[in-house]
Order: sequence, then structure tokens, then C-alpha cells
Amino acid sequence: MTSSFFFNITTFAYFASMVLCISYVATRSKSVATIARVVTLAGFTANTIAIGLRWYESYQMLGIDGRAPLTNLYESVVFFAWSIILVYMLIDFKYKQPAIGAFVVPFAFASMIWAQYSLSSAIEPLVPALQSNWLTYHVITCFLGYAAFAVACGVSIMYLIKIGKEEKHASESPIGGILGVFPSTKILDDINYKAIMIGFPLLTLGIVTGAAWANYAWGTYWSWDPKETWSLIVWFLYAAFLHARFTRGWVGRRAAWLSIIGFAATLFCYLGVNLVLSGLHSYGGG
Amino acid sequence: MTSNKQNFTDRIWDFFCSLKLTIITLLLLAVTSIIGTVLQQNAKPEEYIREYGQSNYELFKTLQFTDMYHSWWFVGILGLFSVNLICCSIKNFPRAWKFLTAPALIAGEGTLKNSANRAEFTSKEDIQQLGQRLAETLGKIFAKPTLTEENGKLYLFAQKGIYSRFGAYMTHLSILIIMLGAIIGTVWGYKAYVNISEGTSTSQVWPSGSNVPLDLGFEVRCDDFRVTYYDGGRRPKDYKSDLVVIDNGQEVVTKTIEVNDPLTYKGITFYQSSYGTAGDAGFKMQVKIRESGEVLNLKATQGQNIPLPGGYAFAVTDYTDAYQSYGPAAQLHVSTPDGRRGSPFIILKQFPQFDEKRDGNFSFSLVGYEEPAMYTGLSVAKDPGVWVVWLGSFLMVFGSCGAFFFSHRRIWICLDEEKGKTRVRIAASAHRNQPAFSMAFDEMKNSFAQTIENKS
Repeated sequence: MTSSFFFNITTFAYFASMVLCISYVATRSKSVATIARVVTLAGFTANTIAIGLRWYESYQMLGIDGRAPLTNLYESVVFFAWSIILVYMLIDFKYKQPAIGAFVVPFAFASMIWAQYSLSSAIEPLVPALQSNWLTYHVITCFLGYAAFAVACGVSIMYLIKIGKEEKHASESPIGGILGVFPSTKILDDINYKAIMIGFPLLTLGIVTGAAWANYAWGTYWSWDPKETWSLIVWFLYAAFLHARFTRGWVGRRAAWLSIIGFAATLFCYLGVNLVLSGLHSYGGG
Repeated sequence: MTSNKQNFTDRIWDFFCSLKLTIITLLLLAVTSIIGTVLQQNAKPEEYIREYGQSNYELFKTLQFTDMYHSWWFVGILGLFSVNLICCSIKNFPRAWKFLTAPALIAGEGTLKNSANRAEFTSKEDIQQLGQRLAETLGKIFAKPTLTEENGKLYLFAQKGIYSRFGAYMTHLSILIIMLGAIIGTVWGYKAYVNISEGTSTSQVWPSGSNVPLDLGFEVRCDDFRVTYYDGGRRPKDYKSDLVVIDNGQEVVTKTIEVNDPLTYKGITFYQSSYGTAGDAGFKMQVKIRESGEVLNLKATQGQNIPLPGGYAFAVTDYTDAYQSYGPAAQLHVSTPDGRRGSPFIILKQFPQFDEKRDGNFSFSLVGYEEPAMYTGLSVAKDPGVWVVWLGSFLMVFGSCGAFFFSHRRIWICLDEEKGKTRVRIAASAHRNQPAFSMAFDEMKNSFAQTIENKS
């Protein structure tokens, strides 16, 4: 069995998981939530096997030039999906709020669909600039950070939907309907903060490993290249978010918006820079 | 008057300490940084003018947008950010320091009554005995407590994770250290480049943005440069240069560098950066004079005019390794004595007789081809501040993990006498991640209850 077979299973499982999470929100059925969890885990397992197999296949194809599958846009996108589900499952394990899946799993599903339908999955040997051990550390830390921000963004969207309704129904007792299965705004706010607390040190480490690598490969740890600058922009935004937590007038809504804007900037840093701007960091573009 | 002055300095101090300023400067840095990613930095004036027009270029120049990350206003925001960071830390650090040096060993009534995590028990056992046993339990399940007696009451205090209170300060300090490292690098370091032809050496490099060469104080020789390719393709695998460092006439270091594997000598690092041809390809030619049948062996470099008998001349103008499926081929032309250039034709190395079929006074065959000499392009960097930057980076990662993933947790126990019985009151707090601590505290409560019941 090939990695592409398992990637197909992954995409299908994430699709099923997304549908199940959404139907949980609609039906509030506990058994739907359980099935959603099982399917998500199955998809994650398939995703893991697929990445592992691709790694193995690279050695079969390229001999000693095989490498970890983290070297081009396709590979990074499927790893992004993997990271999102990993962080989501950790949060779900701790908070047991399956409704969150309806707002997070779609990110992973969209990544997989995009990777499979419009990106080249050819396994090609590394250009000289990428032949470094820093590559693996840099990519893993960055993407785990990005994934945590994706989860925070999904949760922030839920927060904004729910708080709008909560404020309208301020006097009435608990909100019924679909929003009833949403976790309380307090919990959503807490998860948002937790996810960014996980993501921020990882992003920091991702920037540091990138700088260390740049210094080793080019002799300069920082050159204000668009990719570097955008990663710093993302860092500034989440640093602002973390400080907003301690400041009156910046909690709640504004924090949720900051988290969403932060993730939009993350996506631009990841994809926009390569697709729109030019610079030193062009490997992920092809 | 004095109070007004006091008020004014207070207000300035409060401004620089405020978290609102932190958030605003962070957002300002984020938003303004975008400019330099959209507008090309440090390009030639002509390029800006071509793309944006003269008046826009002048506006960019005034606002220093063409080198915005070093502009007075961007550096100014960074400066404001640093001042804010320092003031905030000065304001809040003493409090954190007090937690370390003067822990609250004795819980006040407020703490005991209002803590989010608290418990109360009574026992017939006397204060001292129960206190000792509770201290033992506390030591086992949490941390070893400090015991204090005051006014006939016995107080126990234990804490964990006090250092996480310093995570934020460490992160703040790390930012200043990184900035310091960057300044050291700018003042005492340099970035330069140098091209070295194979077989030659140099002791001078060219700093970026300067026409004055810089003396290395030693020599670097390049013995060979080569590109290797992946099997069966034109996909480059490695760019390699064999470098030798010669200091005081001695060959001190020999290393083959490649991308991602530089050479460092005396704090100066040489990185494989580019390459090119230095000089021209060489061709060994055999020229047969049609009339006499005489054969000449000649050498030519690309583009060079080589004289032939009778005032004629020829030049090789192009070369390829693979001309369709016929292998190596050269393109040349012959010039007549009056300087007129004949039409170009092609000769094939694998078919020496091929040119005999062509009309003309001479027929040519290609005997040998010599690759042109290569040069290796090296980036040269000296950055004494880089270790300071790494120290700062390490502290930043370490500090932010400490700040986010750990919390300062404290437990107080107060034993006193009430209506002939021993009253045990427990309070606990965590400065971060309270829900998780509350769950842990609920479990600890059970252990305390067991300890107390066992004897009563």
C-alpha cells in the first residue's frame, strides 16, 4: 500500500469527522460525538502512516538522498493537517467539547483537499539549500505552532458567535438550540488562550531555529526577508494577544478578534508570502 | 507646584509602564512591518521610479520606506517598545522578587476565608502532633512545608513553581539581549562577499554596499569549485569549493565547503553562495588546408579570432555538450582577408570528417574541449554578536515556556484551637491555570482528610 492510498483515507476520514462534528452540534447526540472522535483518530492514524510511508518511499526512490517528508508545499500542507488534528485531539482530550471539532476539523479537511487536488505530490531530491538537519526542527516547530493558532482561530469564531447571542439573551436562562452545545464563552476564551500559549513558544522556537539555520547557511540570522518579517508580524500579533489578557478593555471580543487576525497573518506567512511575494524562502512555493 | 511636578512625572512613568502601550506598540510594529514586505527594500532608485513614479519615490525616500527596518521611525518604535518593556519590568519585578525572598509563611484570615481553594477540618488531636503529621503528608503529596508558630497557632506553608513567576521577566530580558546582540553585530561585524577563481587566492573581501575592500589578515585560496548533479538529471545536488586558509605563509585550514556547511577561521565565516565562469572555454582544433592538405593544430578560446594562412581567420562562437543527438558541437565562422565574416557553421566532435563536406578553403574538426575556469562566490560574515543573540533566543524560549506551562502554586495550613478542639484550615492558590490546580487540590483535600481522621 502506498502513501497516497493512506492520504486518500485521511482526507475521507477528516471529511467524515467534520460532518459528524457538525451533526453533533445539530443533534447533541452523545453517540455521534463518540463516532466523531473515533473517525478523527482513525484519520489521524492514516495521516501518520501516510507521512511515515512517504518518508520510506523517498528512500526507495532516492536511495541515500531520501529525507523526512517536510520539504515542499504538498508535504507541508499534509503535515499542517496532521498538526491541526494533533492539537485538536489534545484540546478535546482535556476539555471534552466535541462541538469545537465543527470549527477546527474543517481546517484540516481543507488542507488535505487542497494538497490532494491541486498540489504536486512528486517526491524530488533536495536542492542544496535545504540539505540540513535544521530543516526538520524548523518545519516541525513552525507547523505545530501554526496548528495551535488554527485551533485558537476556530474557537475564537465560536466565541464571537456565542457571545453575540449571549448578550442578546442576557436576562434569559441558558441559550437553547445549536448554540446550547457550544461550550460556555468562559471555556472558549480559556481554550483560545491555552491554544495560543502552546502555539507561541513553538512559533518562537520556529523563528529561532529558522534564524539559526539562516546563519549557518547564509551567514546572517536575520535579513528582513518577507518570510522572516511575516513570521515576526505573527509573533507581534500573538504577543499583543497574550498581553491583552491582562488588560481591561482588551479581553473577550477584542482578544477573539486578535486571535482570528493572528491566524489570518499566520496563513499569509505560510502561503501568501510564497504565492504573492518573492524572497529567499521560495522552497514552499512549488 | 511640587505635587504638580510629581503628578507629571508619575503620569509619564505610568504611560511607559502601561500594558496598553505594550499592545499598541506591538500592533504598530506588526502593521508597519508589512510595508517592507510589499515594497522592495534597498533597490536602486531607478527601479522605484520605474515602478511607482518620481513623486512616489521621493515620498518613499522622505519616509525612509526604501530601507524601512532601519528607518528612524521604525527604530523609534522599537526603542519605545524597549523602554516600555524595561519600565514594566522595573515596576513589577520587585513584587515577584518578594515572593522569592519573603514568602508569606503565615496565611492571613483573608486568605483562609476567601481563597478559591480551601478546606476546613476539626480534630481532637493536639496542634503540634497533628501539625507534624500534616507536614509529613504535605511534603509527600506537594512540597516540604515551612512551619511557623505564632500566637498559639501553627502555620504550615509550602510552594512549588516559584520560578515560573520569573518566566515573563526572562522573556522580556531576552528581547533586550537579542537587540544588544544585533547592535554588537552591526557595530563590530560585517557582511561581505568575494569571488575567487580556481587556483587563485585572495586576502581581501568586499563589504556589501561599499567599494573599499576589507583586509582579512590572512589568505583564502580556492583549489577547485564543482557542481554535482543528482543521477540522470540536471538537478543540482551540491555546490562545493575546496578552500585553503593561508595564514603567515602556512596552510592552516583545508576544508571543502558547500551550502549548509561553511568554513570559519578567526571568527570570520565563508559561505558557499554563488559561482560562475572565470575566463573562457578552450578548444583544441585541427584545421586542414584544402589546397595543400596540410593540417594545423590550433588552440582557441571562445570568441577569439585565430589567424589562418593567407590572411584568413576563424573564431569559435558557441559550444554545447549535446547538439541534438550528435554529442559535443562547436559553432564557428571564418573571416576573409578583407575582414568579411562568413556564415556560421557547426562542427561535431564525434564526426571529425563532417566538415570536409562543406565548401571553403579550410575544414575544421574539434579535437578537445577544456571547461572554462570557474570562480566560487563566497559570502563572508563576521558577527561577534551572534552568540549574544543565541543566548537571548535560548532565554526567550526557556522563559516563555516557564511563563506559560508552569505556575506558582502555594498551600497554607493554619492549626488553632477552637472550642477545645483543633481546627485545621487549608487554603491554596495558583497564579496561573487555576482550573487544573483546583482539581489537584480536590485530590489533596482527600489526603488531608485521611491524615486527620486516622488519629481522631
